[in-house]
Amino acid sequence: MRILCCVKRVPAPGARINVTADGLAVDAAHLGFTTSPHEECGVEEAVQITERTGGEVTVLTLGPAEAAEQLRYAASVGAHHGVLIQTDGAAWDPERTARALTAAIEALEESGGPFDLILFGNESADSGGFQVGVRVCYSLGRPIVNGIKGIEINGSTLRARREIDGGFEVYELAMPAALGVKEGINLPRYPTMRGRLASKKLAITTMEIDAEAGGQALVRLHRPAETLSQTTILGHGPEAAPAVVDVLEELGVL
Amino acid sequence: MLLVVLEHDRGTLGEAGREALTFGRTLAAKMGAEMHAAVIGAGAPEAAGPDAIAAEAGDHGAVRVYTVDDGVLSDFGPEAWGESIARVTGLLAPDAVLACGSERGNEVIAQAAVRLDAPMVANCTDITPPGGDGAEWSMIRVQWGGSLLEDATLSTAGPALLTCALHTVASSPVKPPPSAPPPVEAIDVDLPPELARTVVKERVVLEAGVTLPTAPVVVGGGRGVGSAEGFAPLEELAELLGGRVGCSRAVTNNGWRPHSDQVGQTGTRIAPEIYIASGISGAIQHWVGAMGSKHILAVNIDPEANMVVKADWAVIGDLHQVIPAISAEIRRRWS
Repeated sequence: MRILCCVKRVPAPGARINVTADGLAVDAAHLGFTTSPHEECGVEEAVQITERTGGEVTVLTLGPAEAAEQLRYAASVGAHHGVLIQTDGAAWDPERTARALTAAIEALEESGGPFDLILFGNESADSGGFQVGVRVCYSLGRPIVNGIKGIEINGSTLRARREIDGGFEVYELAMPAALGVKEGINLPRYPTMRGRLASKKLAITTMEIDAEAGGQALVRLHRPAETLSQTTILGHGPEAAPAVVDVLEELGVL
Repeated sequence: MLLVVLEHDRGTLGEAGREALTFGRTLAAKMGAEMHAAVIGAGAPEAAGPDAIAAEAGDHGAVRVYTVDDGVLSDFGPEAWGESIARVTGLLAPDAVLACGSERGNEVIAQAAVRLDAPMVANCTDITPPGGDGAEWSMIRVQWGGSLLEDATLSTAGPALLTCALHTVASSPVKPPPSAPPPVEAIDVDLPPELARTVVKERVVLEAGVTLPTAPVVVGGGRGVGSAEGFAPLEELAELLGGRVGCSRAVTNNGWRPHSDQVGQTGTRIAPEIYIASGISGAIQHWVGAMGSKHILAVNIDPEANMVVKADWAVIGDLHQVIPAISAEIRRRWS
């Protein structure tokens, strides 16, 4: 199996997200960066599949030079190849991103053969455009289903599970195919020391691909107006229990 | 004309469809346009079906309804739905197409957008149509699951493809109700049979009853619970209150609870009458999933914790003592 995972480097916010003075980005001065959570699970899933069936995992990202960190992290948990479409780090709109990813995937398939499976995150943690995977797959003529929280490979077909309220749906796709996966499909492993060392030696393929901008443009980011709630302290420790139950009675949930 | 794509599950209209119509009414008024609605696929024979959906769409402000059918549309399929929306859009030439930004809604509008080679803006909370001379739409949309808002513009030669963020509006019918149901027009889209490749193959029902997204009470636990076993008192309290246990991402990352219990940006959005959040600091990732709660009660040893600051009520203390004491007090009052 040849599996491609598309991942995005995003800030790792804690309790509060601040915006830069020009309003065009998250102020990441005091934040670390990470792989968008759905996509981290995509990498784990791909590694698990190749551990069972053999094959190789390639991880592709579009971003600044620093996004190589996310490729190295993927290598530290078992991915085999890393490809970076290097940009100046400014946010790209979804159509432009999809066009560049499509061009990169076509080039990778031209040189290395087709990918049996392409995994996207269901949506990125930051901009959340909900469309890049769908756009890429349409251009490649490949089927894609989003919202996937379970994959089973049977020969050249795959069964994919998607949660619905109170149960799940099953899709059956012939490969080559693509899926948009969600966190919960697995529990990503932590890198081992050996993995970390191996990732340092990962040869990253860098591509320079520009693409035509799409119709959606970012004007300004801002924080939603905070509804300042006046927290009523009901008490300290177990002695507060009667006051809590009074509240529950008042709300009619008892 | 504004065309609203109605999300339904095998012939039963869901809350997402009603929300799209409610949001769409305001947008259509700003556009000075009529709101029409499209129902993709006929649904299961036992369901209410397209005519019942059309009547409900009329109650929510649609003045014309299109039922779109083809043999491929026997169940939900993102490519078949997207192709149907693209074809209907080509046929009717609406000024904008809107769906609710649910999992399916965002997916099918994206599928339609790429087929129309058009931009799509997902999860808007407010949309302004182009002014007199300006060709651009402007909108506010959510980023980071709602922790951040983005002012954006959309320039497009064709229709604007849009979704409204889930729960931006509470659904409501028009008042007074329309005197007659809207006219219904059937459209046969004649889809390529190969689009059946992404249609739902089978369905599995796992649980009946109260689920996390619909529970009236959620008792949440975070890192402060300390272990899988530590959730037993939370389970007990949830059961007493007819609710469900939820948890933070730290908990699922530690393997203490299944991911299906995770409340947050990458987990479940909850909307209970009260969320009892214990041992949860309230990081952005978790808050986004919890902020739909009508009331929040935080239990935490740290009075400065984000969850305590944002809660309506708080108990400062160790959840391992406080939660069992609440259960004991409920039992005492019942006996």
